[in-house]
Amino acid sequence: MAEKSELKYTAEHEWVLVDGNVATVGITDFAAGKLGDIVFVDLPKVGATVAEGKIVGEIESTKSVGELFAPVAGTVVESNDAVADSPELVNSDPFGEGWLVKIEFSELPSMLSLDEYTALTGE
Amino acid sequence: MTDVSSSEASSAESSPTAVRYSPLHSIHEQLGAAFTDFAGWMMPVRYSSDLAEHHAVRTAAGIFDISHMAEIHVRGADAGAYLDYALAGKLSSIALAQAKYSLLLNEAGGIIDDLVTYRLADDHFLVVANAGNRFAAATALTERAVGFEVAVTDESDDYALIAVQGPVSRAILEATAGLTDFATPLDELKYYRETAATFNGTDLLIGRTGYTGEDGFELYIHVDAAAALWAALTVAGEPLGLVPAGLACRDTLRLEAGMPLYGHELNLGTFPVQAGLGRVVALSKEGDFVGRSAIEAGPDAGARVLVGLAAEGRRAGRADYLLFHGDTEVGVITSGALSPTLGHPIAMAYVDSDVSEVGTELHIDVRGSRIAASVVSLPFYKREA
Repeated sequence: MAEKSELKYTAEHEWVLVDGNVATVGITDFAAGKLGDIVFVDLPKVGATVAEGKIVGEIESTKSVGELFAPVAGTVVESNDAVADSPELVNSDPFGEGWLVKIEFSELPSMLSLDEYTALTGE
Repeated sequence: MTDVSSSEASSAESSPTAVRYSPLHSIHEQLGAAFTDFAGWMMPVRYSSDLAEHHAVRTAAGIFDISHMAEIHVRGADAGAYLDYALAGKLSSIALAQAKYSLLLNEAGGIIDDLVTYRLADDHFLVVANAGNRFAAATALTERAVGFEVAVTDESDDYALIAVQGPVSRAILEATAGLTDFATPLDELKYYRETAATFNGTDLLIGRTGYTGEDGFELYIHVDAAAALWAALTVAGEPLGLVPAGLACRDTLRLEAGMPLYGHELNLGTFPVQAGLGRVVALSKEGDFVGRSAIEAGPDAGARVLVGLAAEGRRAGRADYLLFHGDTEVGVITSGALSPTLGHPIAMAYVDSDVSEVGTELHIDVRGSRIAASVVSLPFYKREA
């Protein structure tokens, strides 16, 4: 699990860990807390091409449905099977075992720092 | 990630006035609750995990703050006859200390609210209405009192309402310090009956009623004594597995139990018979009641009816999702979730009457994907007797 200060964030409550040309993507603890207990996660397939800002998956809790947006354009190189089997990992460890997809990218868009994201959520 | 649908706060319209806080609000804050706007009230939606809270109610007990509910008293020599006219049920025939589920209809047979009414004395009833319908219910009940020797008073602001629900609820109440003077001992109190009691000298009313499909109690007490009662119940209950429980699990619990929620399964455009509540309307009672002629005429032939749906997998249909039979749109979901107890998706939906038979195979349009679902009988869950 990375330090939260090392991550980039989106206004749609994704976090992004950049390692070389691969971005690991999850949703923040704030988003997971807002959704409540997550019971179903639908993630893009490995090899899928994703466009920045487009919906690539769904995260369902007992009470509501959230959409997952791709924070970067690129190709999905890994999808977290553990989360598909145990969606509760997104609640229990959103920044660690609850990661969702890894996307290989060629260009990184501008994203939010932890301070900027925290200002956005007000928490 | 963007939240695209949430049913927590969608029951009926919110009050246009400023947000209301429960008399127990500071307790919920201390417990770390997340809050939601419910009919203009800022109420706990969950304390930790709504799944854990749901399971606790099924296996042990949960304590809920439902102080947003409305309490309307009806007193006077004509109280029973008046309620027979004002409501769809025959309230005059219920016994002392009995509770009855009923409907407040408009002239067109539509549902203004669903209510629980307790008989506190021969000439005194307590009508409990939904928070979102408080003013509509109080207004209708007041208007209908003309010509009856009866006083209708909305005393909601005086009451806190605490529900303790789950199989160990009775043991918790019996172990609660300061809770005494039961007019009827709890082990003799039947379901849908109430008893008077006191808590540290404050009178309260305890109904063996609830909205979870489990045994349980609802405790009506003056707002000034509510925090102390919550604390005492919690102290007694924690060793027995009691947890604070929010509105999120209250919704999945009532859905599993097949209980309608106003604003979802019930509204002004729905006839009771469509909602499976035909038996709640006492057409055999003598005299007129508001909505009678419309109810006797009935809804249009082929009007949609409420059914249960069950699906496989984990992806649930939600309120407002459409239903298809082949390529034909045949209905719409009013409440849906992945059932925490059963482990598969469940929903309540209004469907065309020709596809309402148990066993009919339909499809739910889940945001563009079609999920197979079968019509099943309600409730989805029933506790063991």
